[in-house]
Amino acid sequence: MGIFSFFSKEKKEKLDQGLEKTKTGLLSKISKALVGKSAVDDAFLDELEEILVTSDVGVETTLKIIDRLQKRVARDKYINSTELTALLKEEISALLDENHTGLQNSFDAAPIAKPYVMMVVGVNGVGKTTTIGKLANQFKKAGKKVVLGAADTFRAAAVEQLKIWGQRNDVMVVEHGMNTDPAAVAFDSVKAGMEQGADVIIIDTAGRLHNKVNLMNELSKIKRVMGKVIPDAPHEVLLVLDASTGQNAFEQARQFTAATEVTALALTKLDGTAKGGVVIGVADQFKVPVKYIGVGEGIDDLQLFDKHEFVDSLFKTEA
Amino acid sequence: MFESLSSKLEKAFKTLKGQGKITEINVAETIKEIRKALIDADVNYKIAKQFTDTVKDKALGQNVLTAVSPGQLLVKIVNDELALLLGGQTADVNLNGNPAIILMAGLQGSGKTTHTAKLASFIKKKGKSVMMAAADVYRPAAIEQLKVLGQQIDVPVYFENENKNPVSIAQNALKKAKEDGVKVLIVDTAGRLSIDEEMMAEIGNIKKALSPQEILFVVDAMTGQDAVNTAKAFNDVLNFSGVILTKLDGDTRGGAALSIKSIVDKPIKFIGTGEKIEALDVFHPDRMAQRILGMGDIVSLVERAQEVFDEEEAERIQKKLLKDQFTFEDFYTQIQQIKKMGNIKDLMAMIPGVGKAVKDLDISDDSFKHIEAIINSMTPAERKTPDIINGSRRKRIASGSGTDIQKVNQLLKQFEDMRKMMKTIGKFQGSGRGMPKMPFMR
Ligand SMILES: Nc1nc2c(ncn2[C@@H]2O[C@H](COP(=O)(O)OP(=O)(O)OP(=O)(O)O)[C@@H](O)[C@H]2O)c(=O)[nH]1
Ligand SMILES: Nc1nc2c(ncn2[C@@H]2O[C@H](COP(=O)(O)OP(=O)(O)OP(=O)(O)O)[C@@H](O)[C@H]2O)c(=O)[nH]1
Ligand SMILES: [Mg+2]
Ligand SMILES: [Mg+2]
Repeated sequence: MGIFSFFSKEKKEKLDQGLEKTKTGLLSKISKALVGKSAVDDAFLDELEEILVTSDVGVETTLKIIDRLQKRVARDKYINSTELTALLKEEISALLDENHTGLQNSFDAAPIAKPYVMMVVGVNGVGKTTTIGKLANQFKKAGKKVVLGAADTFRAAAVEQLKIWGQRNDVMVVEHGMNTDPAAVAFDSVKAGMEQGADVIIIDTAGRLHNKVNLMNELSKIKRVMGKVIPDAPHEVLLVLDASTGQNAFEQARQFTAATEVTALALTKLDGTAKGGVVIGVADQFKVPVKYIGVGEGIDDLQLFDKHEFVDSLFKTEA
Repeated sequence: MFESLSSKLEKAFKTLKGQGKITEINVAETIKEIRKALIDADVNYKIAKQFTDTVKDKALGQNVLTAVSPGQLLVKIVNDELALLLGGQTADVNLNGNPAIILMAGLQGSGKTTHTAKLASFIKKKGKSVMMAAADVYRPAAIEQLKVLGQQIDVPVYFENENKNPVSIAQNALKKAKEDGVKVLIVDTAGRLSIDEEMMAEIGNIKKALSPQEILFVVDAMTGQDAVNTAKAFNDVLNFSGVILTKLDGDTRGGAALSIKSIVDKPIKFIGTGEKIEALDVFHPDRMAQRILGMGDIVSLVERAQEVFDEEEAERIQKKLLKDQFTFEDFYTQIQQIKKMGNIKDLMAMIPGVGKAVKDLDISDDSFKHIEAIINSMTPAERKTPDIINGSRRKRIASGSGTDIQKVNQLLKQFEDMRKMMKTIGKFQGSGRGMPKMPFMR
């Protein structure tokens, strides 16, 4: 099959039917596609392309996955649909396979640094502040002392919002109020956290679109000043991505990495209908692991990322 | 000089001999590219496919009589169709009511609260009194956020700290707005997922209680494939009246706009272009089309070519070429047409892939200077029948044009070659079909 066989497939379907169809999971499709066949055919690959693209995996990554799958199938001489499914999942998981060393990867793990400083970044409205509220909860439950820093001094009531999360978790929130210098807040937060003997310090930042040079420079500065308090702080720069975001997530990852050397991803709003497939390509291309997922607005709606569960969910039947 | 000229003319003639019409075959690759571009721009997979199929069907058989390829023309047609589809209905906000009520709805973090304030400020500037209502009782500091924004723009905010029922808050806000004689009430609501039945029922009830003039679906321009599901679900519950596409100040291609428009056919009434209050704009379908398609270079190339290429003139010359009646006068006209297209290099550089190749090529408008001078130094008779230009005439033309005899010879030779070439093409194309219906003629 050439690139993008689906692009040459000229069969017309009613749009509504088509949308309906995307609700049927891949597993049932795989079985259907395989009935009475002994090889992976183009129709099956077309279906697979459709599933992946409609999960926001993107054209490039979709082609990559299909390419890998085809090579495996040719080599392994696959026979049945169960095996094929397993192969497919393996190949996708492989793209998410990243080295987690150097990062705190469970809430009760022995700290790799004390205090462990996290900086949370991302475009507007993706769920940074909420994720911080949820992280604080998890760390606290794991017996850690947490301090939050309200370095979003720009968005209306941003400080107030983080303070409410601080109250919910009963943790200290360092703030200078609205319209103050965010770098100064970050500096003071790390300092106060250290003085207080905190285990984890998490700095909230204002949402910003990655194409705004000034705002990205500001972010680099916020990061830099933390290093003046603790030389290797922040230990973790968490880029928050919204699962409903499409291919723009690549550019977000590129620019935030350039400005702050992102070390981990959080994928929020996975409780919705969006699949968040774009992280597969992002994790692969930028070699950053997905660490956390957000599955709701509540304080407990945060989980450590499990790539197998994630890959399964891409192929889950919703109907 | 002559070489670059001949390559230019060759290009112009290639067009004349034309790939002629848009056919399945000559645009197959372009269709693939356009689909990929649309999907990369986050247009829903199905919609991208359906859209390009429809446009292609419409475009099949169209003549390509200008200086572009069928593929390039198709890109332009797609662009125009896209703009047409994205636009359409008028996008005014309906403010007829006492008060007129605007209900904001959408997913979490899409920009509802920010745009409630932007809209309030926009309407206030039109001279109407506005009130905002804080009906998000869930998100931490949601009420506070709206209050801060209200202060910034000096617009009153209705809120109830103790009331946890958004429907009753909305009703009370309406009562208050009536009491105060406010002309427009904008109701901010909590973000909600389309599959959250309880929350969707809640906003349905707010709608029932208020009967708003406008229900605006606020959606993030960075949204991916899921835009269709969400828009459809919100529309099923609310039958909203318009869309606000936010965060367009980013670099997202914004394909969600097309997905949403296709699935619910509601106008995009506003776009958000920043975090500040003033960052609200009306929607420009043509700009959005170019942004989504991302092939603006080709589109403007075709536009420019269409502007300057006189199709009747081209057809006339084409006929003469085929009948071997092409003269230096026609040649001169051709040069003028090519010159009208502006700096050729600029134009060619716009064509993806070609740009690099022509960068170092020496093509400037100056390269026509000598040729024009030579042609101008010919007598009308010489221009009509170049065959009569003998040795002494050549000398005269050379000195008259301030060039030299080699340049004159070169031009005459090229002209002759071109005529021969066109004659063969003419014969070839004419064979078996008779002259009148050439593929490049209407
Ligand atoms: N359903 C769902 N909603 C979420 C999730 N995470 C965050 N939200 C909601 O998304 C909205 C935005 O969240 P915030 O935490 O304010 O986002 P932010 O990135 O801090 O936003 P800015 O600071 O304005 O850039 C809020 O309504 C949150 O409740 C999630 O995992 N699932
Ligand atoms: N750059 C940019 N940011 C925007 C735009 N509109 C809103 N924002 C930002 O996006 C984030 C979320 O905006 P909100 O207005 O709080 O979104 P919301 O839909 O009310 O969020 P919830 O109430 O939590 O569902 C904030 O950081 C806003 O400043 C826009 O057009 N451009
Ligand atoms: Mg925030
Ligand atoms: Mg809001």
